[in-house]
Amino acid sequence: MTALPQAELLERMRAGEIGALARIISIVENERPGFEPLLRGLYALPARSNAIGFTGPPGAGKSTLINAVIRCLRQRGKTVGIIAVDPSSPITGGAILGDRIRMGEHVKDDGVFARSLGSRGHLGGVSRATRRIVDLLRRSCLDVVIVETVGTGQSEVEIAKIADVKLVVNAPGLGDDIQAIKAGILEIADIMVVNKSDLPAAASTKRHLEMMLMLRAANRDVPVLATSPLRNEGIEALVDTAESLLASRIPLDSASNRADIRNMIAEHVANTARRRLGLDGDPALAAQIDALCDAFAVGELGMNEITARALRLLA
Amino acid sequence: MQEKPIIRILLAKPGLCTHETGVKLLAAGLRDSGMEVIYTGVFQEKDNIARVALQEDVDVVGLSYLNGGHVALTKGVIGALQEVGRGDIPVIVGGIIPKADIEPLHAIGVAGVYGPGTAIPDIAEDIRRIVREASAAPALAP
Repeated sequence: MTALPQAELLERMRAGEIGALARIISIVENERPGFEPLLRGLYALPARSNAIGFTGPPGAGKSTLINAVIRCLRQRGKTVGIIAVDPSSPITGGAILGDRIRMGEHVKDDGVFARSLGSRGHLGGVSRATRRIVDLLRRSCLDVVIVETVGTGQSEVEIAKIADVKLVVNAPGLGDDIQAIKAGILEIADIMVVNKSDLPAAASTKRHLEMMLMLRAANRDVPVLATSPLRNEGIEALVDTAESLLASRIPLDSASNRADIRNMIAEHVANTARRRLGLDGDPALAAQIDALCDAFAVGELGMNEITARALRLLA
Repeated sequence: MQEKPIIRILLAKPGLCTHETGVKLLAAGLRDSGMEVIYTGVFQEKDNIARVALQEDVDVVGLSYLNGGHVALTKGVIGALQEVGRGDIPVIVGGIIPKADIEPLHAIGVAGVYGPGTAIPDIAEDIRRIVREASAAPALAP
């Protein structure tokens, strides 16, 4: 495939060309040459669609639920883009990206675009580039963007900064009422889902979650909905609730949200610093950094002083 | 600036064979070699494989066969990839491939054929070579 100028690529993406969208995602994900002008061109475009985030523990049935939600959205005439993140090995960097297996029924549908991402060492439940890729999909030709995080434990809440509406997907029988009042992903839910509601423990899990929400100080109504993709139950109600939440809130154009961008910059600064402190610094800089390391090791300088000096060296 | 690019590979089983132990073993082995493996499961039609390869923008497509039909089916997948505009993605084939079929597979454009007993690290090494050579083709220059 020949290299295309960035502007033309974006144009083609907006016109609905799948190959162009796929290629732009790769450029952004890998920060390939030309990704800077591409991002500038991208953020100059208005966002067209909202993002719905699905998070929750491994095996809660996120991919299967998403498959059912896509079916429902397609029946309502919406085109859908899915970004599904699976964990990368912290040791080799490799990954099995298997979320597509549960979404196979949509592969022939031109109104559904799916892309699998490895988390690539990032710990928030998504990969470092996920945010930008979701921003990209919001500006493509798709009506709804769905983001699936890796199976999360209790504290991977980065999806809160990426999606307009966050669904926390729970499976029955994974814990008692104490689990339900712990801090973490349960706190970011706009909708709490008890998936696999065909299982016997579903009712008590739902009750625990409702209790937890009642006890919580935050003055916010979080619906608890039961879904069973197996029996195709509760899916319509879930999509209705998500759509009405999206309609009732001021559309969050995440690219224009200053606090979010500040986070993005902070992250980028940290990454740049890490890279320059690490391997590919020039020898003179490396020697100065080594001197700082030695000064810290013998207690000559404190971490605040080291940080200040390191920032000056990197500037 | 750039770290070593991570190879993305799509593994699929075209046709009606349900034996996926081999392909799952390969998927795990390639993951351990640092690749991102997109696995779609069994019974994959050629057009679906091509659509997934297009959306996922993979570097290489790997097809696994254990009960024949590999030359015709692979030809179909290569044609489908060309149809979606990604004839540039190299295709490799593994599984129970009789020696007599290796040459015909190469003749229809298959970049690598791996029969029983091939060590996974050797396959991984060969995939790296194939991807390197494919991306060195002038049409892909950034």
